[in-house]
Amino acid sequence: MTKAKPTAWSLGLAVLIVFPLIVTNPAWTSIGVLTLMFMACTTSWNMFSGYSGYVSLGSAIFFGSGAYTMALVSTHAHMAGGAALFWLIPVAGLVAMVIAVPVGAIALRVRRHTFVVITIALFFVFQLLAINASFTGGAAGIYIPLINWGASYYNVPFYYVALGMVIFATLLSAAVRRSRFGLQLLAIRDDEDRALGLGVRVTAVKLTGFVMSAFTLGMAGGLYCMLQGQIYPQFVFDPTFDITVALMAFLGGFGTLLGPLLGGLILEASQQYLTESFSNGSLYLILFGVLFLLVILFMPQGIVVAVSQWWNGRAQRRELAATTDPAAVGANT
Amino acid sequence: MLDGVLTGSVYALMATGLTLIFGVMNIINIAQGILVILGAYLSYTLSVHFGIDLFVGLIITIPTLFVVGVVVERLFMARLKGPERTSMSILVTYAISLIIEGSLNMIYSINVVQLKAWYVDKSFPIFGVYLPYIYLFGFILAVVLLTSLYIMLYRTRFGASIRASLADQVAAALVGINVARVSTICFGLGIAVTAAGGMVYGATNAFNASTSYDLISRLLTIIVLGGMGSLGGALLAAILMVTLGDVVAVVWSPIWSSPTFFFVLVIVLSLRPQGLFGKQSARVA
Repeated sequence: MTKAKPTAWSLGLAVLIVFPLIVTNPAWTSIGVLTLMFMACTTSWNMFSGYSGYVSLGSAIFFGSGAYTMALVSTHAHMAGGAALFWLIPVAGLVAMVIAVPVGAIALRVRRHTFVVITIALFFVFQLLAINASFTGGAAGIYIPLINWGASYYNVPFYYVALGMVIFATLLSAAVRRSRFGLQLLAIRDDEDRALGLGVRVTAVKLTGFVMSAFTLGMAGGLYCMLQGQIYPQFVFDPTFDITVALMAFLGGFGTLLGPLLGGLILEASQQYLTESFSNGSLYLILFGVLFLLVILFMPQGIVVAVSQWWNGRAQRRELAATTDPAAVGANT
Repeated sequence: MLDGVLTGSVYALMATGLTLIFGVMNIINIAQGILVILGAYLSYTLSVHFGIDLFVGLIITIPTLFVVGVVVERLFMARLKGPERTSMSILVTYAISLIIEGSLNMIYSINVVQLKAWYVDKSFPIFGVYLPYIYLFGFILAVVLLTSLYIMLYRTRFGASIRASLADQVAAALVGINVARVSTICFGLGIAVTAAGGMVYGATNAFNASTSYDLISRLLTIIVLGGMGSLGGALLAAILMVTLGDVVAVVWSPIWSSPTFFFVLVIVLSLRPQGLFGKQSARVA
């Protein structure tokens, strides 16, 4: 696992901070907001799924719940459109956490592979509820109070809020990674039965991790709703969101800290760029699928791990093969 | 009600392919949904451009998809190894499904189509209702294919080696079964059934490439409800799902017919995490 140096981290952060000051084209800043949003979501997803090995394909449940919290509260409370709506973002996160408790309690009753499928099933329950329940406005969606700061400047506040979310998610993920709780999650990923035998309260640990990761996902949903000004069930409870978030983490490096950030940055930015360049959505699907396939087959552990192994390997290839060869580790367990 | 049982058998066929692949190879094939649609489009091309009857066309489409399955297995699935194999398989098959979806959109456009034949338009009376003949023919087709699949699995030597691999891969390899070859053929078989499933699906529903999302979510819930890797479970869960959906649509509202099945799934899994007929012990701490 790589530990990028503090200078590298601050340099990356500095670039992200000055980006909207240099690039003022709304088309680009809008890509920036969405990219940061996905970086935050993926980091948060990875904090549970990456550390525990329980791949969730239901993250849109929390993203969508956050978006609907924002839409319903702002319209029912007749709030004026503007910066005040940003205060609803943490509320959206909290609602997503509350929803994550029963969802997690059901989904985490089963082991990994079935868990994946159940999160998909639960996701569809939520999507259908959003389309059919009376209080959500159904398939027609909801319009939230209009935000009327200038068009050229429109994306900038969103950009910095999204950046704040990325920083929050990263710090939280790093803190979890270093805590006893994080070690328990990693122990579950390596060998759940053994972890259980050694006294880790696996169910409680998994549920806590699951609920924690819902917070940032819910906040991102709230932000997305504000940014778009309107939401439809199919766009916030979107099955491709589930998959995209997981893919970004795998692309960057499943279970690492830097990986999800990098995966989100590369994938979302290129995805937005490709969609704009190729008006043909089908060609884009094919390109996306091929890229995805190549990464999984040739860098199954993600970019971060592949690059760091290559980097370390140049100097100490023999040592590395003897000590951290994944095949040897796998054979021991 | 009755068409529930009839279409349920077709879902059972598609889900059997999925559960077979999972049971033998520990691979969750997300591409199953789009492959059903691919099967439907192949039948569509054969019937529209070459005037071949839908059922006769299966002689071409079933082997074609079998080959597709074998190629995909050799190229991608056989490379997946290690503890994260199942998770990786989800991503790989999802990527494959995106590529197929994009290609189908380009070739056939995104307008929905439906397969046409005389038995799709003509109906026959049964218990006071009229059903198109395709429901009956599709049911017979599904029963024939499922029966032959079962005979192959339970009455032949090759079937015994598949079941041995389902039960325990390492032990199967130790008694001299070529698990790699069994896996390839299994994957091919699991994909081949989508040709038949896709034909009947395409004749009873209007479809385009994005219909596959609905299909795959249904198929996945069927195999989880039945117990992953259990062939009988997939059969029962498929019929349960479609019948239940129909009953709810009649007595309550069509809107709630698909959510109901997901709710049932959630309830069953809270009581029996391994599904109705699952053999895997999922320990609850």
